[in-house]
Amino acid sequence: MRIELKINGRRFTPEVAPQETLLTVLRREGFYSVKHGCDTGECGACTVLINGKPTTTCNLLAMQVAGAAVETVEGLEESGELHPLQERFAQTAAVQCGFCTPAMIMAAKALLDENPTPTEAEVRRALSSTICRCTGYKQPVEAVLRAAADLRGESAGAGAEPQPEGVTPAEGTGAGGGAPSHDPAAVLTRTPLKVVGKSVRKVDNNKLVTGRPAFTDDIEHRGMLHARLLLSPHAHALIKRIDASKARALPGVHAVLTHQDIPRVSFTTAGQTWPEPSPYDTRSLDNKVRFVGDRVAAVAAETPEIAEEALRLIEVEYELLPAIFDPEEALKPGAPIIHDEPDCTGIGGYDATKNIAAEIHAQVGNVEQGLAEADIVIQRTYKVPQVQQTPIETHICITRLDENNRLEVRTSTQVPFHVRRIIAPVLGLRPSQIRVIKPRIGGGFGVKQEILIEDIAGHLTLKTRRPVKLELTREEEFRASRSRHPQILRMRTGVKRDGTLTAHEMVVVANTGGYGSHALTVQSNTGSKAMALYNCPNIRFDCKTAYTNLPPAGAFRGYGGPQGFFAVECHLDEVANAVGMDPLAFRLKNCLKTGDIHPLAAALGEGREGFEQRIESCGLPECAEFGKTEIKWDDMHVPSGLTKRRGLGVAFAMHGTAIPGVDMGAASIKMNDDGSFNLLVGATDLGTGSDTIMAQLAAEVLGIKPEEVLVYSSDTDMTPFDTGAYASSTTYISGGAVVRAAEDVAGQIQAVAGAMLDVPADDLELRDGRVYANDGSSVTLSEVALRSLHQHDQHQIAAIASKMSYDSPPPFAATFADVEVDVETGEVQVKKLVMSVDAGRIVNPALALGQIEGGMTQALGYAVSEEMVYDEKGLMVNPNFRDYRVFLADEMPEIVAHLVETADPFGPYGVKAVAEIPMDGVAPAVANAIYAATGVRMYEIPLTPERVWKALHQKE
Amino acid sequence: MISFTVNGRPAAVAVPDAKPLLDTLRDDLGLTGAKECCGKGECGSCTVLMDGEPVCACLVFTAQARGVEIITVEGIGGGPEQLDPIQAAFVAEGAAQCGYCTPGFIVAARALLDKNPHPTAAEIRRGLAGNLCRCTGYQKILQAVAKAAEGRAD
Repeated sequence: MRIELKINGRRFTPEVAPQETLLTVLRREGFYSVKHGCDTGECGACTVLINGKPTTTCNLLAMQVAGAAVETVEGLEESGELHPLQERFAQTAAVQCGFCTPAMIMAAKALLDENPTPTEAEVRRALSSTICRCTGYKQPVEAVLRAAADLRGESAGAGAEPQPEGVTPAEGTGAGGGAPSHDPAAVLTRTPLKVVGKSVRKVDNNKLVTGRPAFTDDIEHRGMLHARLLLSPHAHALIKRIDASKARALPGVHAVLTHQDIPRVSFTTAGQTWPEPSPYDTRSLDNKVRFVGDRVAAVAAETPEIAEEALRLIEVEYELLPAIFDPEEALKPGAPIIHDEPDCTGIGGYDATKNIAAEIHAQVGNVEQGLAEADIVIQRTYKVPQVQQTPIETHICITRLDENNRLEVRTSTQVPFHVRRIIAPVLGLRPSQIRVIKPRIGGGFGVKQEILIEDIAGHLTLKTRRPVKLELTREEEFRASRSRHPQILRMRTGVKRDGTLTAHEMVVVANTGGYGSHALTVQSNTGSKAMALYNCPNIRFDCKTAYTNLPPAGAFRGYGGPQGFFAVECHLDEVANAVGMDPLAFRLKNCLKTGDIHPLAAALGEGREGFEQRIESCGLPECAEFGKTEIKWDDMHVPSGLTKRRGLGVAFAMHGTAIPGVDMGAASIKMNDDGSFNLLVGATDLGTGSDTIMAQLAAEVLGIKPEEVLVYSSDTDMTPFDTGAYASSTTYISGGAVVRAAEDVAGQIQAVAGAMLDVPADDLELRDGRVYANDGSSVTLSEVALRSLHQHDQHQIAAIASKMSYDSPPPFAATFADVEVDVETGEVQVKKLVMSVDAGRIVNPALALGQIEGGMTQALGYAVSEEMVYDEKGLMVNPNFRDYRVFLADEMPEIVAHLVETADPFGPYGVKAVAEIPMDGVAPAVANAIYAATGVRMYEIPLTPERVWKALHQKE
Repeated sequence: MISFTVNGRPAAVAVPDAKPLLDTLRDDLGLTGAKECCGKGECGSCTVLMDGEPVCACLVFTAQARGVEIITVEGIGGGPEQLDPIQAAFVAEGAAQCGYCTPGFIVAARALLDKNPHPTAAEIRRGLAGNLCRCTGYQKILQAVAKAAEGRAD
């Protein structure tokens, strides 16, 4: 039927079917700002205003609101001017991936329309209708409060871009006192920097706050088919018989694929550098299912409803096999074998006949001898859960054959070049027959370092010759994507009475679920990060990663670090306690310092031989000092009630910056007539702001404003190769490539300008969009471009450059938690979290702080609320945002993020990584604070009331 | 609704009767092979077959297509991997330069060869007289059609 809607003041009369949601109808009418995130009204990404009230549209039938006035973010701009809310969001890192941004802005607008003077608590309550997985809510809340002031006409100098506080600058930048002193070998450039170090506006924020069609789904193809997956209801079973004839006969169905219809090609879904260290144990479709949610069949049909109906018509006869979920049971002789097929292969101790997806042994010194020398040995076992990345945009890809009959894959991925290479043999194509386009991504956090759906959509397009869209629902994302590896970690540490470590051992049993994606490398990272932070002559790391019938684990921001640091940082807290030392003093005594050799880097590579690493910069003492002051470490913290106990906890962390000897990024820059530049990078901005960082780095070298750099990322046909956005590598590796390419281009500009000014090219300086000679004469970049392109010795000023590194300078962090425990209920309330991070030179403080705030928030979920829970048959029982609890705006504690700048010699301008380290320290800091509050050690997370209550009562 | 068949499949469109068939094919049915170049039936770039007869789709009202069998360039041959002999000959002879008029020529040539499988050179010229090409000078196009008529595969 035809209904009438007033959308942003204009009358629309769309034809709607009875079952269609308002979300579907609004998107069909071109309002792409309204996003699909969960289907159940829980994430809020589809929020619009209906008659002035914020309302989710994914669970609302269009017909229910016939006649209503609908407002979307597209309606907020007035004659090209951003609304104050849009402007304030755009100025800072209130926008990361931008997927939930339109919804947050609309929720805020509804609030400000009713209440022009909201308190922070009121803003948080209003924003709590929308889940943001990137920001930690701090900068969005500040943006709304600033916009409220703007709307009241109170902002002095409205429009002035706020520069965040919270950075202790590096030595040599001349930007402030209190700078730590560091190894003089680690020299930063002494030239004052103009763009690097500034919180410039993100290059992509305007399109995101106005809801422009930028994401994978925001495109239409004529004749596009809708794909759906049939997922296994059983944890372990053989497909005895599968009959899709009824489904194929359903009108509107164009293809049904089962394992019988496509060639059997083993591959890994892990998007890693070739040859991938993850086992080749996966087929697009298989005759065996290995977890509840494993793929059984795929359908492409004219509408999602027909595809759904077709799934029901596929007849499958399963032979149930015994399923196993406990990794230690899986490793015992006689356990059911999960990968008994002959065509799976792997490295790193891989032995599918014993359910071993990876095995790692690394030792320096002699741990047994070290234990014998110890005054005290402490031995404990820790357990960490399976948690999920949950970007608000689920996995989505659209495939089609282009006019050259090549397969175009438009996909929300962190690894476009790995996607192209990995799906090619699976589809029977050469990589050159595939073009992967990465549009804007609505968050990834590692789960989009996984090739999960591109192969299926590709098969369906090749079969039907039609465009195909495959998008996971939120429930499918929970059941059938990837997660953080759960681990059991056994720690044994020997210590002298003076606090000197003599032996430090970690033995891990990890659970990779039904497939071994990242099974080797995540676990090796657990050792190479967590077991390397403290100096000890005798260190051992042993690990077995088991196949089970749980949904698979994979890459998740932190990549083994959060698991390892929970164990190490809780354990050393107990060790410090045993020798009667302050836990902070104990850490500072034993932690790595500038000039130390990373104890495990050579012994533990990522699937390959490692490389020795010398620590050239370590700001941990300054991080600890900041956190100690901010959390008031030496003061008494008073509980708020009789049943409450309050305590402080601390944890240190160290991460890596890119995978040494593995990660590579490349960039190309070309100059345009007007003195602007196209910068093409394979690096993949997944909301982190890396496009902006790349523009800043190029602008710094070329002496221009970042807005003169047009960044395009990424497209396998257009942009040079990059391994992708993972391993905290982008600023260091891809940014390094940008700086090299820009330096090359700068040299070419100097050559042309030198001829124009008749001075030696070496005497020229690029600044403020001009090229200056020593005598003050200058030409503009546009004049240089016009001459080189049109007038004299015509040539294109352009360069391409690559960067890889055998060094992986670690960032460091100190995390402090102020926690209150209700001893009657076991409820843990985190009152305040402080994280101070040494991430080397900071290119954009607002974005770096945004990374820390968002990471802290995900890590806080890991600490206290997030866990994938299963029934006895391996069925996840909480596959939605109501039961899988991600922090909301109004549930957040006070969070303080801080940066200590250090001077590291390896990265461009001294950068190190910032993206993953915030994941590491929160859970142990909270657990240690619980101990400080109650005297009870927690050995397992998340720290739910039930678990804490049980631990408190066990003590009694 | 106006119903007809296109390239062997039934189609039904809800468009004004007077909408040019060319626009209906391109906008409503996604068949972008036929091109609009003059809008007056002078250039032949929009040539399609109606019940086997070549017509300029820009001059035909959609309502005139009711019940008619229409073939466009997309319905000639079996896609990029199974070219019609005329298409294969166009490729082999280099008969396409910019390629904009090519679909019209191929459709017109198909109509010609369907009626007259062994045309003389003069008959080919006459058969393609309704189509303008600004790139090639026609030589290679005429050779291609002659070649297709002779069934030469080289």
